[in-house]
Amino acid sequence: MNSFMILIPMIASTVIAATPLIYAALGETIVERSGVLNLGIEGMMLIGAVAGFAATRGSGSDTIGFIAAAFAGMALSLVFGFLTLNLQTNQVATGLALTLFGIGLSAFVGHDLAGLPVDKLAPINIPVLTAIPIVGDLLFHYDIMVYLSIALYIGIQWFLNSSRAGLQLRAIGESPHVAHSIGKSVLTTRYLAVLFGGATAGIAGAYLSLVQTPMWVEGMSSGKGWIALALVVFGTWKPTRVVLGAYLFGGVTQFQLFAQGFGLPIPTEFLSMLPYAATVIVLVIICRDPKTILLNQPASLGHSFHSAA
Amino acid sequence: MKLKRTLKAFRLGIATGLVAALPAAAFAAEPLKVAFVYLGPRGDGGWTQQHDMGRLGLEKAMGDKIKTTFVENVPETADSERVFRQLAADGYKLIFATSFGYMEPLQKVAKSFPDVKFEHVNGFKTAKNIVVYEPRFEEGFYLIGTIAGQMTKTNTLGFIGSFPIPSVVRNIDAMTLGAEAVNPKVKTKAIWVNTWYDPGKERQAADTLIAQGADNVAQNTDSPASIQAAQEKGTYAFSIDADMSSFGKKAQLTGTTEDWSGYYIAETKKVMDGTWTGDRHTRWGLKEGMVVMAPLNPAIPPEAVKVFEDKKAKLISGELKPFAGPIKDNTGKVLVAAGADMDPKTFNSLSTYVEGIDGSVPK
Repeated sequence: MNSFMILIPMIASTVIAATPLIYAALGETIVERSGVLNLGIEGMMLIGAVAGFAATRGSGSDTIGFIAAAFAGMALSLVFGFLTLNLQTNQVATGLALTLFGIGLSAFVGHDLAGLPVDKLAPINIPVLTAIPIVGDLLFHYDIMVYLSIALYIGIQWFLNSSRAGLQLRAIGESPHVAHSIGKSVLTTRYLAVLFGGATAGIAGAYLSLVQTPMWVEGMSSGKGWIALALVVFGTWKPTRVVLGAYLFGGVTQFQLFAQGFGLPIPTEFLSMLPYAATVIVLVIICRDPKTILLNQPASLGHSFHSAA
Repeated sequence: MKLKRTLKAFRLGIATGLVAALPAAAFAAEPLKVAFVYLGPRGDGGWTQQHDMGRLGLEKAMGDKIKTTFVENVPETADSERVFRQLAADGYKLIFATSFGYMEPLQKVAKSFPDVKFEHVNGFKTAKNIVVYEPRFEEGFYLIGTIAGQMTKTNTLGFIGSFPIPSVVRNIDAMTLGAEAVNPKVKTKAIWVNTWYDPGKERQAADTLIAQGADNVAQNTDSPASIQAAQEKGTYAFSIDADMSSFGKKAQLTGTTEDWSGYYIAETKKVMDGTWTGDRHTRWGLKEGMVVMAPLNPAIPPEAVKVFEDKKAKLISGELKPFAGPIKDNTGKVLVAAGADMDPKTFNSLSTYVEGIDGSVPK
């Protein structure tokens, strides 16, 4: 078979694999830029996956599914926000608890949904563009959520760098006390950031249960929340690097499966490790100066803030 | 992964608590207490679900002469030892351990409870009160090959492997042999995903195999992701453990599933009438009804169904053995001589591809 023609489904598969990571990681980028570390992505993704699946089955509409997923993720992140922002609990411990809770709750809620089918969100079809050979398949043959993830990236890039609210969010992430002293509400901004992260994690989860593998099974995110979390750190809290990291991760995963199909004599354990290793190596090379990570890390990341302190 | 384990430990804590809370009260007729320990949740749509259906079948057959319980989501770690110990201490006299990884914990617990009978799936260590049982999966995969070999247009089959262990390598070999018997031009491509369960990765592996020309993909992983992939691409796939046709009516041609109830009933009866003995290794297949083929897809032409039924009948009668010689490995070395069956040693440690499979088994 023409090896070039094989590339197209490979690239398509890479994009599908990377999209949930992009949603989850971009949301977490905003959360962390505001100075909050939410380790509960995996839990919120699963809740989003089960909520999206249930809503789509109930309503027959993917749109409603994704909206329900976003709200479910937000509901869970609200719990996190209340605990860490109001009650000032430890963010690491609370985030871990959120993941455990999300895994358990989604399994409980979704018990009767296992094994049921749902219609997959269909790819878009733009009359002329989709029909162009190769280019159409490469660029104009994905589902709407893929394009929205790119839009989300552009929006976040603009928000963080060019909008007043975005600069305020960054200021709060760097120094909540200073921001507070000039009259900015740390709590409100952080709450909004946490809710936004919850919504995108929920959408990421629904992408798994409605697009990638349209079904619900317990623990179906199988660690993707953690990968998203790692992408944020290795992408040094910069949306562009985070998105590139997600595509790289998806691409190398796809490549290693592809290499196996061709019967390359490389140990599969090594190949399985490759996506992780390659992502780490490339992102480390991008920011090879250790100061870059330190400089880019929001200074108050993970610290509770109390206005009286 | 670590987190997952922690979580399982949590659930386990709850589960153990529940088991402990069950009153150990003696009933008038003293029903035999039978316990099942599951690796996954009952609703996993595959492996564990089939075991639980076996348990329900046992309850139905034996009525109030027995009492069953189960503990789900038990990790293959020292945690499982606690579960086995607890069950044995609570008076369960027959305990089915339904995952390979319970082997070592079971050995320890069995020594402490000589009057409790343990049954371990797919293992290889027996004892005075431990027996091992497993399905002859290779028969199911041979028949999958029979269908795949006849249905492929590209003469390329795909196989998504979990881990390159002998019991999985046997399945890809059996499938390829089954296919070659009906279509000598067939080649098989294998992809190992190094996980039993990761729908996203299984999906990617299936997409890759299909892109590389494999129009019939079988799997030895747990989710229906590859059936969905085939359904979308208009190719064929095969289920494992359970019937997964609800995820791809057009795509799933057949599949290999297990029905454990017959074995569970037989063993329970043996315990009740006192004929149960230890140190046994039971392998049941199509003949005994432990391996059951999922319904055939109506898209399979009648001639192909006829070949399938013929091979199936011969496997049941014992006339046909999946690993009967001559078999060469894919480097041309003779694996099984003509006229012989594969010797048990090779069978139990199989780590080579037969002729017709691309590449080599990862070491």
